[in-house]
Amino acid sequence: MRIGVLAVQGAVREHLNILSQLGIDGRRVKKAEQLSGLSGLILPGGESTAISLLSRGCVLAKVGELASKGFPIFGTCAGMILLANEIEGQEDAYVRAIDIAVARNASGRQVDSFETMLCVKGVADDFPAVFIRAPYITRVGNGVTVLAKHEGAAVMARQGNVLVASFHPELTRDMRIHRYFVEMAREHEKKEAIL
Amino acid sequence: MVEKGTYRVKSGLAEMLKGGVIMDVTTADQAIIAERAGAVAVMSLERVPADIRAQGGVARMADPGRIKEILAAVSIPVMAKARIGHFVEAQVLEALEVDYIDESEVLTPADPQHHIDKWTFAVPFVCGARNLGEACRRIAEGAAMIRTKGEPGTGNVVEAVRHMRLMNKQIRLVLSAPPGELMSMAKEMGAPYQVLLAIREKGRLPVVNFAAGGIATPSDAAMMMQLGCDGIFVGSGVFKSGDPEKRARAIVEATTHYKEPGIVASVSEGLGEAMVGISIDEIPPHEMMQVR
Repeated sequence: MRIGVLAVQGAVREHLNILSQLGIDGRRVKKAEQLSGLSGLILPGGESTAISLLSRGCVLAKVGELASKGFPIFGTCAGMILLANEIEGQEDAYVRAIDIAVARNASGRQVDSFETMLCVKGVADDFPAVFIRAPYITRVGNGVTVLAKHEGAAVMARQGNVLVASFHPELTRDMRIHRYFVEMAREHEKKEAIL
Repeated sequence: MVEKGTYRVKSGLAEMLKGGVIMDVTTADQAIIAERAGAVAVMSLERVPADIRAQGGVARMADPGRIKEILAAVSIPVMAKARIGHFVEAQVLEALEVDYIDESEVLTPADPQHHIDKWTFAVPFVCGARNLGEACRRIAEGAAMIRTKGEPGTGNVVEAVRHMRLMNKQIRLVLSAPPGELMSMAKEMGAPYQVLLAIREKGRLPVVNFAAGGIATPSDAAMMMQLGCDGIFVGSGVFKSGDPEKRARAIVEATTHYKEPGIVASVSEGLGEAMVGISIDEIPPHEMMQVR
């Protein structure tokens, strides 16, 4: 199975490492045409303003198109901001693939960045989560399931084929969330095969 | 339980900046230009290195009022420079809640012998290095990110290239050495043994390594990326050029698409005047910043 990682900027290497440990063929995606032949896509952490500016050749537009057709996508931190329908204090959003609103840097500046154990629904009740100047989910629409909360704030959610997290599972050695996403991709492949 | 200021959180922020460009800014307006151009972070300082070089005098941490304006102006991380060994400037920057502190040779050193004990801070540090020994000593002091020193404020990339090549060569040596030779290698390089072990475990430097010091053009940035650095610092190169907005954007594009000469060529067109450079031979030895 091939899963892409948007490789414009950010923690690309870390996601590819985990994918390879899971026996998945991870591919760097910089251009729209590199999206074909993939079973899923990860949008990594990084700086969302830079990633969106630099996504040449309409990669993000193509990602939006795929998302609406049920293609599995996982966004961590900046990746979550790119996928959200709404960004607080900002008029436009980017891909708009999941009906949530997010607030940038909601966990504060870097001195407030932290690690904690999270209970992630359907994945683990002890997931080591690394939050770095993290965005939080401030509103969830119908059809969105909140998978994890930290001190009352939603920090992980799923709507159908789209999975988002405020934190960075790729900075730990714990592969359970990636495994969960690979499972989403497998399910989608099966569905496609039947159709 | 919530743990702040862990090493994973500190080095993690640097990991998120990989493949990006960090730009020196002295005002909030410049910070906004940098953010709009696609910078992943800005570096706040009193004067850019080229001005420090030209004007002389003691170069210090920037005015806290200025730093606050910059913090308020952009949503990307804000870094700020402290003098080497000046742990109180670092405490002040931490109190201002900057996102990263650069203990920098660009400013006038405050301690002739010692660097800051960076483990005592919750805010992460980036430090300059010319070779692997220097990088490893800074990491052992708690730095969570490294950059080559190059020769700041010159617009001349030659020293950044020298430092990046040397560091890569020394990393290759560490990775290929038989275990029994590692200790004497540590001694020769002046590198703490434990950090060399960490390099062997990871197969690379255990923290992110950016290129800095003399990068002035999109091609300079792309070359440093091809030499294997994780990202780019641009000091005087942007705001000492004829068209800062355009050049900032071009350097960012070239850093992202560093393996595509076609893109580097197209973004390099019509950028206006680059900063006036200085040949390294013309700099008197006591004015070299990299030896600090």
